[in-house]
Amino acid sequence: MSIRGKAHIAGIYEHPLREIPDRTLSQIHAEVALGALADAGLTLSDVDGYFCDATVPGMGGLSMVEYLGIRVRYLDNTETGGSSYLGHVGHAAAAIAAGKCSVALVTLAGKPRTSRGGNRGGMSDAPEGSFENLWGLFGAPYGYALAARRHMWEFGTTSEQLAEIKVAASLHAQHNPNALLQQVVTVDDVLGSPMISDPLHRLDCCVVTDGGGAVVVVSPEVARDLERRTAVVLGHGESQKHTDNGRVDLTYTGAVWSGPRAFEEAGVTQADVDYASIYDSFTITVMETIEDLGFCEKGEGGRFVLDGALVAPSGKLPFNTDGGGLCNNHPANRGGMTKILEAVRQLRGEAHPAVQVPDCEIALAHGTGGSLSTRMGSATLILGREDVR
Amino acid sequence: MTEPAELPAPAPQPNLETQPFWDATAEGRFLLKRCDTCGTVIWYPRFLCPDCHGTETSWFEASGRGTIYTFTIVRRGQGPYAGAAPYVAAYVTLDEGPTILTNIVGCPPEQVEIGQPVEVVWHDTGEGSALYRFRPVG
Ligand SMILES: [Zn+2]
Repeated sequence: MSIRGKAHIAGIYEHPLREIPDRTLSQIHAEVALGALADAGLTLSDVDGYFCDATVPGMGGLSMVEYLGIRVRYLDNTETGGSSYLGHVGHAAAAIAAGKCSVALVTLAGKPRTSRGGNRGGMSDAPEGSFENLWGLFGAPYGYALAARRHMWEFGTTSEQLAEIKVAASLHAQHNPNALLQQVVTVDDVLGSPMISDPLHRLDCCVVTDGGGAVVVVSPEVARDLERRTAVVLGHGESQKHTDNGRVDLTYTGAVWSGPRAFEEAGVTQADVDYASIYDSFTITVMETIEDLGFCEKGEGGRFVLDGALVAPSGKLPFNTDGGGLCNNHPANRGGMTKILEAVRQLRGEAHPAVQVPDCEIALAHGTGGSLSTRMGSATLILGREDVR
Repeated sequence: MTEPAELPAPAPQPNLETQPFWDATAEGRFLLKRCDTCGTVIWYPRFLCPDCHGTETSWFEASGRGTIYTFTIVRRGQGPYAGAAPYVAAYVTLDEGPTILTNIVGCPPEQVEIGQPVEVVWHDTGEGSALYRFRPVG
């Protein structure tokens, strides 16, 4: 497969000004976006792929898609300095060739001539900045607590039900000699741990660990000649959920969009999933994600997790058999990598024997980056055992 | 119009798009933007309407009233909030529509509930602006 002939550049725009002291960086991104789209005869509503460098205001491209009032199927923030945008075009062509998006927008903006110090991009320049960072909310837990409180209010979810998620993770972590927390905990242990941000207790939170991980992706041709069993990528979906012009609903995550995209591409259903790595920054993250991925109805997560549903090998949805971020590892405060790793172990049959899912053919790995309370990037991968076709 | 803060009131960093909003806070006025094209109320204030992507927008003064959508009690403050805990952070749904992050003040944290009607109070930052916070009504 090649991208040759698979993509075309349809619109261009160069900002007419050379000194722009009276506009924000976000606004200049918006102006060039509108200009190029108008040139193409398209609108922002047509855009389903967005590409930008790391100097955009806010968190990668997340703040910009929110500012622009869009949500895309494909988001790429590759940063290679001045060459970024050439790379973005190539990435966009590849994404289009692969059916990942159909209208890709690439923007660049900067104010080096009229701005000294300000408008440098990044979190210090986030367009949402002062509307979110003045309220004494420090660290990740508060955002998840806001979501948990609302989930409880709407659906009757309880702290005991959230605690069941931690209990299941700890039952797995006891078999992982590298896990930070290897002790099995009970619901009472979770409820008895200090309150961090109501209604989340310390044991509702993931661990803080150093470390890291890596994966190698190869072509089918290369894979065929390798000794090691591989996992085949069956499907991928991604999305952004943001505050959507003040329409805040904290009872769901971006998995409501990334999940269906991945399932559709993979050609499998929830019933086909033998093992799931579910992003577990907090217990509420797991509960909402299970609902959003369609393993149960919205609001039923609290009942779904009871009776050992998440416990390997025999629960109805064995999850995070390495102990997950809740007990094992959450390196760099980013739990996505370890989610892939344990899914591959399961598909290779190389998880700990106590938690290996028998005949594991289809695994799902899901990541949630950002915050449940404001903006998040969600990504769902569906992987198959090597012999799955 | 504005009053001394019962919580720390760190100053905002207005930008070219949000300066009118923060300037009005010093006078105890809560400004919102409305899209001239589709009529949607815009939050947070910005150059374009995130709904229809129109670029003609107008400021108007909001009621300052809303209801609590969700909240949490912060147990340990940091930075300017060191020593201020416990205090309540919340999302409040304004009567005009948008749901926004803020603090709930004027009542003990344990008495805060989802669905409570609230009204804005202004806490002077001492730097030509005020923070919008909300207290239960009645
Ligand atoms: Zn509009």
